[in-house]
Amino acid sequence: MNSVFALVDCNAFFVSCEKVFQPALEGKPVIVLSSNDGCAIARSNEAKALGIKMGDPLFKIQEIVKKNHVKVFSSNFSFYGDMSSRVMETLKQFSPSLEIYSIDEAFLNLRSLPENELFSHGCRIKEIVKLWTGIPVSIGIGPTKTLAKVANHLAKKQSLGCCVLLKQNDIEAALRNFSLQDVWGIGSQWSKKLSYLGLTTALDLAQADSSWIRKTFNVILARTALELKGISCLSLEETLQPKKSLISSRSFGKPVTSVEVLRQALSYHASSLAQKLRQQKSTTSLVSIFIRTSPFHRHEPYYMNSCAIPLLFPSHDTTLLIKAVTSGLEKIFKEGALYKKAGVMALQLLPEDQVIPSLFQDKEGLIRRKLLFQTFDKLNDRFGRGSLVFASEGFRKTWRSKASLKSASFTQDWEQLPRVR
Amino acid sequence: MTQNNPRKRKPGAGRKPNPVPTKAIRLPLPLVNQLLDLKNQGKLDMGAIIPSRTLSSVPLPFFESRVQAGFPSPADDFSEGTLDLNAYLIKHKAATFFVRVTGDSMTGVGIFPGDILIVDRSLPHHSGKIVIAVLNGEMTVKRLKQEGDKILLCPENDKYAPLSVSEDEDFSIWGVVTNVIHPFS
Repeated sequence: MNSVFALVDCNAFFVSCEKVFQPALEGKPVIVLSSNDGCAIARSNEAKALGIKMGDPLFKIQEIVKKNHVKVFSSNFSFYGDMSSRVMETLKQFSPSLEIYSIDEAFLNLRSLPENELFSHGCRIKEIVKLWTGIPVSIGIGPTKTLAKVANHLAKKQSLGCCVLLKQNDIEAALRNFSLQDVWGIGSQWSKKLSYLGLTTALDLAQADSSWIRKTFNVILARTALELKGISCLSLEETLQPKKSLISSRSFGKPVTSVEVLRQALSYHASSLAQKLRQQKSTTSLVSIFIRTSPFHRHEPYYMNSCAIPLLFPSHDTTLLIKAVTSGLEKIFKEGALYKKAGVMALQLLPEDQVIPSLFQDKEGLIRRKLLFQTFDKLNDRFGRGSLVFASEGFRKTWRSKASLKSASFTQDWEQLPRVR
Repeated sequence: MTQNNPRKRKPGAGRKPNPVPTKAIRLPLPLVNQLLDLKNQGKLDMGAIIPSRTLSSVPLPFFESRVQAGFPSPADDFSEGTLDLNAYLIKHKAATFFVRVTGDSMTGVGIFPGDILIVDRSLPHHSGKIVIAVLNGEMTVKRLKQEGDKILLCPENDKYAPLSVSEDEDFSIWGVVTNVIHPFS
């Protein structure tokens, strides 16, 4: 039996999340900004109609925003994360095999359904997700993941929000008018190269000889061509692969010059990485830090530096990570620069249970520290993140990103629940 | 050649035999821990009789099946868990939200300002249900009444009159209220 994939994609997800608890936003232009209130990363249809593009920096669209009373929100990722998990949870009842592709997209396997019921099933999924979570979604169904993506693109433009591409002539008709640039995995660079060779639509690529593509380009593009032909090359990835590296970084709300504030910011990132490592039962043996000034200030010299600090043994101990980033900062800090961003990366991750204890480690101390951090994490789970912190993170967090327009955490804080009259 | 025969059994290798014959028995898990604790504290010498006093505080799990002679019920391996308020109050986790009440329009059914309502969006909203409705962009808790084509949002407080929803108004049902959490302060 051939495979059938459905791609469920939430419409303007971050904006939709805000709308669920603020119904007055319905029908109004709304945008959500990236962290540090930089660029528009989600737009309601009304905002799109005003000409606000994905990734437009706020200062560039300030005029449109003022004139049209566009509602602007800082991003509230922990709230969006909760809404996302509700959408995914709701989807699980429709198919036991589900791949969470991103915060607002999931692939489902619908192979077990008869072909003539797929469209109505898709519409049903859409209805139930909207009813249960309040989030509108579009659904594309196809024989391969790439075609499901194409179908989803088309579904977004249809009123029913569901599109099935299974019959050969339906697929061909759809691909004939589908720009190569919009095909999953093909960026603007590749589509430019392909257009030199006379390939401009998705159908051109689907009908091209795949061994030729493989020779001229690479195996990834050849695979995309096969997928467009309806031959499934990418399967559902249901189990989450543990991450190979972790990063924590943030732009500063205003430029930072003092080494002390940088140390606090880096300590904060080190602490949050250590916490993430413990959560996924992993350790790191190489910590890398970077600091940089803004690349956009022409009158200020640009400075960026980074360094990697190896740990003596693989660990997820907050104090060791903080020590490492502090010693690293001393090496790369330059006086007089206006720093705009800093971050920490944890590399060479190794699962906790594969760590071979070093001969020179204090065994009893290790057990005590394990208990200490179990307690540390439990307290922060119970009383909220940041309830218990290391003093080196500082208390005032003067470097914190701008998020002045953040809405309430409607589903995560008893004090911020939506109000009803 | 025979000096170092690798197949020859080394003296003292392998598992030590028990000094006395042993027998496996089935025990409830909490009792096992209790026994091991006693043993570790040196209060229990294997083979000695357990004094009844030291066992007086053994917590006994609650079992579903009656004790029978003969074949033990497999259900005895699963004692009943503790009561989970979340499981009791929330039937559809993904569709359940909490909201805070600000007005006094529903005091007649025991919904007071400051109370928290448990709202399930997945439930069907019949006439007579207490719902969260969205009327002209505002969320409100009322009893839903449908009479033919007419939709009424009824308060449960004599101070207020029922709201009749007209066709040109922006109206939708947000969710069905299943419970109210009211603290007695």
